[in-house]
Amino acid sequence: MDGIHDMGGMQGWGTVAIDPDEPVFRERWHGRAFAMGAMSMGLSGTNLDAFRHGLERLHPYDYLADGYYGRWLACAETLLVDSGVLSPGAVEARARNLMGEPVDDPADVEENKPVYERGGAGSLREIDDEPAFSPGDRVRAKDIRTGGHTRMPGYIRGRTGTVHALRPAALLPDTNAHFEGENPQHVYTVEFDSAELWGPDAEAATLRIDLFESYLEAT
Amino acid sequence: MADTNTTDRLPPAVRTEALESLLTERGLVKSEVLDGFINRFVNDVGPMNGAKVVAKAWTDPDYRQHLLADGTGAIKELGFAGPQGEHIVVVENSDDVHNVVVCTLCSCYPWPVLGLPPEWYKDPAYRSRMVREPRTLLSEMGLDLDDDVEVRVWDSSAENRYLVLPQRPEGTDDLGEDELAALVTRDAMVGVAKVSAG
Repeated sequence: MDGIHDMGGMQGWGTVAIDPDEPVFRERWHGRAFAMGAMSMGLSGTNLDAFRHGLERLHPYDYLADGYYGRWLACAETLLVDSGVLSPGAVEARARNLMGEPVDDPADVEENKPVYERGGAGSLREIDDEPAFSPGDRVRAKDIRTGGHTRMPGYIRGRTGTVHALRPAALLPDTNAHFEGENPQHVYTVEFDSAELWGPDAEAATLRIDLFESYLEAT
Repeated sequence: MADTNTTDRLPPAVRTEALESLLTERGLVKSEVLDGFINRFVNDVGPMNGAKVVAKAWTDPDYRQHLLADGTGAIKELGFAGPQGEHIVVVENSDDVHNVVVCTLCSCYPWPVLGLPPEWYKDPAYRSRMVREPRTLLSEMGLDLDDDVEVRVWDSSAENRYLVLPQRPEGTDDLGEDELAALVTRDAMVGVAKVSAG
């Protein structure tokens, strides 16, 4: 989906400062939100791709307002509510109680975890199909537009590059995030010249990015 | 949840406590398990792991070759594996090529060797600009590269994770592996800095 998460090439964000003394978790809740975010995939019966899509589905304000661990927290809540493990509003009600504002917990809802086939642990898969492309082949990133999950960033769409390497095959996030099957595919690292992506005045650079076979077409 | 109310937001620390309270009450998580998970990333998994990999590659040519050919396998030999490390590719800096890693779509990062990503890596400015104006951004972050050095930006958009093998600094010929590892920084292994001899 064309959401706030698809940040490659956006302008206006300012500069980047490195804090050499940054702790792993700056605040206690960061660590708790991280741990519960990681566990929310198993607890909601979903998967890593659904989690990433959960991040993308957050309202842009919520995506940004409380930073990285803020979105992990919001995403954990989204997945747990979608799967009926928690009721809508349960976290807010509990938080208000913790702040000394008595409110009733909402009634529990029926569990509604997704039912789908999994091909094993992790994301890498062995497949028998011959790869459609080889290193050195010229390929174009398809003009894919979807309201769902995809790992093809917008800045690559329609651009032409060269296959640099074949990587291990992996399940397709675009369908796995929606529990519509793993559809494992070959994955390629594709190289693009900066001028192809950003125009003739672009800074000289090479961009290498990992793309699933169905994102690509021969030129 | 997607709550667009921007004026009456509950503090994330309280929402976190609320979520933990709901999940522990249902027997779905145990606070001690959360503690253990958090402690692992605070104490055991971090850039000190990647630094050992780099120092070994600098001192052992066979290991370096193995690392560049099969990053995951060579890293596992040193005992580092786990989530976000299913397939690790190591890319080597040289006098001619400088590699730098980003994840524009989220903040994918090779956890087993670098731990959790720092704030700057997750910053929208880093995610947006590194693919578009890497030289300018690297310079703002303190790394000026000569015009004749090729900048290679890796956008980790699938499940491959990238680790930069930085150049060994001059004047370190008499240092052993442990001393070298102490010089290697997280920022150099992402590609936003060089390693200096100290």
